[in-house]
Amino acid sequence: MTTTSTPPDSRTEAALALGDDALVLSHRLGEWAGHAPVLEEEVALANIALDLLGQARVLLSSVGDEDELAYLREERAFRNLQLVEQPNGDFAHTIARQLYFSTYQTLLYGQLAAADGELAPLAAKAVKEVAYHQDHAEQWTLRLGDGTAESHARIQRGLDALWRFTGEMFQPVVGLDIDRTALRESWTASVTAVIERATLTVPSGPQSGAWTAGAGRQGLHTEPFGRMLAEMQHLHRSHPGASW
Amino acid sequence: MATRRTIESNEPNDRSGGSLRSRGTEMATAAAQKAAETEPGGAGSTAARAAEQQAAFDEAVAADERIEPRDWMPDAYRTSLIRQIAQHAHSEIIGMQPEANWITRAPSLRRKAILMAKAQDEAGHGLYLYSAAETLGVSRDELLDKLHSGRQKYSSIFNYPTLTWADVGAIGWLVDGAAITNQVPLCRCSYGPYARAMIRVCKEESFHQRQGYESLLALSRGTQAQHEMAQDAVNRWWWPSLMMFGPPDEESSHSEQSMTWKIKRHSNDELRQRFVDICVPQAESLGLTLPDPDLKWNEARGHHDFGPIDWTEFWDVLKGNGPCNDQRITQRRRAHEEGAWVREAAAAYATKQAGAPRADTAATAHGEATA
Repeated sequence: MTTTSTPPDSRTEAALALGDDALVLSHRLGEWAGHAPVLEEEVALANIALDLLGQARVLLSSVGDEDELAYLREERAFRNLQLVEQPNGDFAHTIARQLYFSTYQTLLYGQLAAADGELAPLAAKAVKEVAYHQDHAEQWTLRLGDGTAESHARIQRGLDALWRFTGEMFQPVVGLDIDRTALRESWTASVTAVIERATLTVPSGPQSGAWTAGAGRQGLHTEPFGRMLAEMQHLHRSHPGASW
Repeated sequence: MATRRTIESNEPNDRSGGSLRSRGTEMATAAAQKAAETEPGGAGSTAARAAEQQAAFDEAVAADERIEPRDWMPDAYRTSLIRQIAQHAHSEIIGMQPEANWITRAPSLRRKAILMAKAQDEAGHGLYLYSAAETLGVSRDELLDKLHSGRQKYSSIFNYPTLTWADVGAIGWLVDGAAITNQVPLCRCSYGPYARAMIRVCKEESFHQRQGYESLLALSRGTQAQHEMAQDAVNRWWWPSLMMFGPPDEESSHSEQSMTWKIKRHSNDELRQRFVDICVPQAESLGLTLPDPDLKWNEARGHHDFGPIDWTEFWDVLKGNGPCNDQRITQRRRAHEEGAWVREAAAAYATKQAGAPRADTAATAHGEATA
């Protein structure tokens, strides 16, 4: 990023992209509460969800009222990646989603923290949190990949199913001045290393769907997202103007 | 943003209590030391030895010393503690369900963060309490198995549903408030690891209680619809909260022995009265009423009188006939069953990493899961 301040519209676009990623994934992880496979994971998943919600609040508040943005925008106005809105599936599916996203977020925030743009202070703080998220995802990818035959099959299924949502992470985002080539290379190297260590296979299919490629950032989402928002927003919308 | 919680390792056979241990591995009470130092054979028979151990234990309890995991203790004391700590741990993890019911619908991001943090705290309390129970020689797996098969209970309050957002506030204010009233005296309980666990639990619970109160206050002072939602929630949660202190003293089966052992320090009715006296002025500040026409200050007693509790409902819910008994235990069992392959994978991976021959021991999965 340059030292000159970014125009407000692109600043908003960047904050919404990152903020919505964090908000939506936090919500999905929050759905695990009371359903985790082991008590330690109740704590860990809630912890990650809380970190992400904290990031979302800082980002959304930097460009508007956090609750108006979270609760009163329609589906088409959300700028998050389609990856983060994907339903949890089983624990392996959730871990695969975590691996792809936390690796991306760590690298992205690392770049932003090293630059001197407006997002640098937030990124510097968040990068420590997301490094833990990445470690959590990597450790579980290893356990599941190199655990039992069943866990191996399940995590491979998760990695395969979500692969086509990963290409979107490397599309340009207005207001986000980053080295996308380096991001993609580092992401691929990092994810490949973990997947191979876990005795799993790096998915070989396309990293983008046929027509929804890169569409989350432009407000095109998948069907489950509408239902997620309906649940998330209904109470707030049922009491217009109320404070909580 | 969230505080990272350090998870203690939970080796099922580790009876030293991990971080719950006070210090060193020596017997903690002077009385127990004295008993241990007695010359073997000097006192004569095994019976005399047993009598001496019992006397040392009684002396330690009487002197308000802490009993530690390696100290001798009567079997019945151990059993009673396991029952109580396990029930407490189970209540923490089942108690996540009625609140988690609202995480995805929380009406503001601030409230959502508070609620998520609370659910996380409860899971943490569960871990901490299972660890305390493990210092008595039982494993978390055994205790969970007893919960899932209905042989151990959790607090009956969680068999009531959270029907509106205001229920989240009412649980914080009333249910956590009642829990604190019950639990603060446990910080002085005679069993060291439990007492120390309770100090931390109580700190966090009182935080939850204030947040619940604050959330209800916002509703009470909000729109008409919000105020009505708050009043409705308080109306539904008040009586079940009073039941949380357990049956009246004359019907409480475990009370007397627990008092002698200083596991328990106040009777059910004393604690219930204390709770009512705390809540009445708080309800007034909230601008809400408590659903009891008989509730009034009694100058002579220096306490509030309150109406009769419907103990029929209490026993009915306890027996399994509450609105959510099946739902709660079914969800818990399902989470556990659906997580079996995850725990097995973690155990298998850990075994491979340790270079040991592969053994399908899910029992080690807990400890290894976050290793």
